[in-house]
Amino acid sequence: MTNHDTSKSVTNNHDTPKSVMNDHDTPKSVMNDHDTPKSVMNDHDTPKGGYLARDMAQHPAPLYPPYRTSVKRSPQAAPLSFPTTLSEESGPVFGADMLGPLDGDLLHNFAADGQSAIGPRIIVHGRVQDQFGRPVPGALLEVWQANAGGRYRHAKEGYIAPLDPNFGGCGRVITDAQGCYSLRTVMPGPYPWPNGPNDWRPAHIHFSVFGAGFAQRLITQMYFEGDPLIWRCPIVGSINDKAALERLIAPLDMGQTVPMDALAYRFDITLRGRRQTMFENRMEGL
Amino acid sequence: MAEYPESASQTAGPYVHIGCTPNFAGLTGVYDLDLGARMITGAAAGTRITLTGRVFDGTGTPLRDAMVEAWQADAAGHHAGTAMADPHFTGFGRCPCDADTGEFRFETLKPGPVAWPRGGMQAPHITLWIVARGINLGLHTRAYFADEHKANGADPVLSRIEHKNRLPTLLATPAAAGEYHFNIHLQGPDETIFFDV
Repeated sequence: MTNHDTSKSVTNNHDTPKSVMNDHDTPKSVMNDHDTPKSVMNDHDTPKGGYLARDMAQHPAPLYPPYRTSVKRSPQAAPLSFPTTLSEESGPVFGADMLGPLDGDLLHNFAADGQSAIGPRIIVHGRVQDQFGRPVPGALLEVWQANAGGRYRHAKEGYIAPLDPNFGGCGRVITDAQGCYSLRTVMPGPYPWPNGPNDWRPAHIHFSVFGAGFAQRLITQMYFEGDPLIWRCPIVGSINDKAALERLIAPLDMGQTVPMDALAYRFDITLRGRRQTMFENRMEGL
Repeated sequence: MAEYPESASQTAGPYVHIGCTPNFAGLTGVYDLDLGARMITGAAAGTRITLTGRVFDGTGTPLRDAMVEAWQADAAGHHAGTAMADPHFTGFGRCPCDADTGEFRFETLKPGPVAWPRGGMQAPHITLWIVARGINLGLHTRAYFADEHKANGADPVLSRIEHKNRLPTLLATPAAAGEYHFNIHLQGPDETIFFDV
């Protein structure tokens, strides 16, 4: 993998986070807290409170019968709620030094030297923020997807579409100081799956996301603007809130396309927000 | 107040291994080592233990496609990334369930008690997060240790459980030396207590 031309890669304006994982140790902007009212959000860099409770209305319900596998895999008792503790406010630490140079380049990270994956070349980029709009630097994003024909490279996958010898389908990237990331890949194909008699998944890319705290752990899927299969898919349909679903649909981003090379899609991700102070963390009756 | 809603979850699907444990999936040569494959990276302090179990669906069938993640404090109760944490312990494990038996297994440390935000301590526990095809939002639970009677009796989370007969679903039971078993039931009479935290 020496002769890939990575000089054109758009990933290289985002993939060198110099100061990741340090959102606890940058107190430069913290103002004097003796003479500032608590309600002023002046200490963005030193969160001390807990994470906001998850708004379940934004998420699919555990049981959604049109997605048949959920029927026997969905808990039925109410979950136990409590405010986040250190166990959820801390999280695994992943540094940019764990990444290989092609980790975020699915066009090449499984390809033979001088080869690249078959399919429409695309850039997927965006920003990871929290619920307060603050960037989440140092977030690890792991992605996986089918190839351009809709075929996954997996032992349990039997779809007749062929494998691409130069496409593995996994990649990962860590967000930079502004919470931004960028990946290169091919547009995944739609594919049929055994659920109803004739169900097809819209083209999608799976995202696994680690923020700063384990409470932010999230797995989701990104869809592509204009795909008519989105609105027919029972997995997509498990999300009851239409606006929440639409936020998973990445628009074409002509501004980030590379002429004569790749189209671009923008996919922003919002993780749970963390309160700034213990004061805000107090919950009634607890 | 928060201005932005959290992004919606979607199921990890049947091919989660491709993205999260590609070497396990036979997709070698991309990453050196699957993330979370080793929790102990050196001469970590404390007692080494193995946590094993399976994830069962509502029919009692073990899931063979699930992925379980573990996050926990070190032997002194400190989490990686915080001050005083053991440098030889990552605290993070990730295990794809065995494709035949459905078993997951973590070679780890017995965690120490962890501070509770309001004062006092939480009993030793390992946070577990379960994803799979058919699970629409990752399931969050904890494995406590059945041999920590006193600490469990004072634990602020366990004390919050209304149906005490369900409490044993959160207890890992000692088996062979250094080994604890913790089965997870997604549904049914033994349904595990999952957390909204």
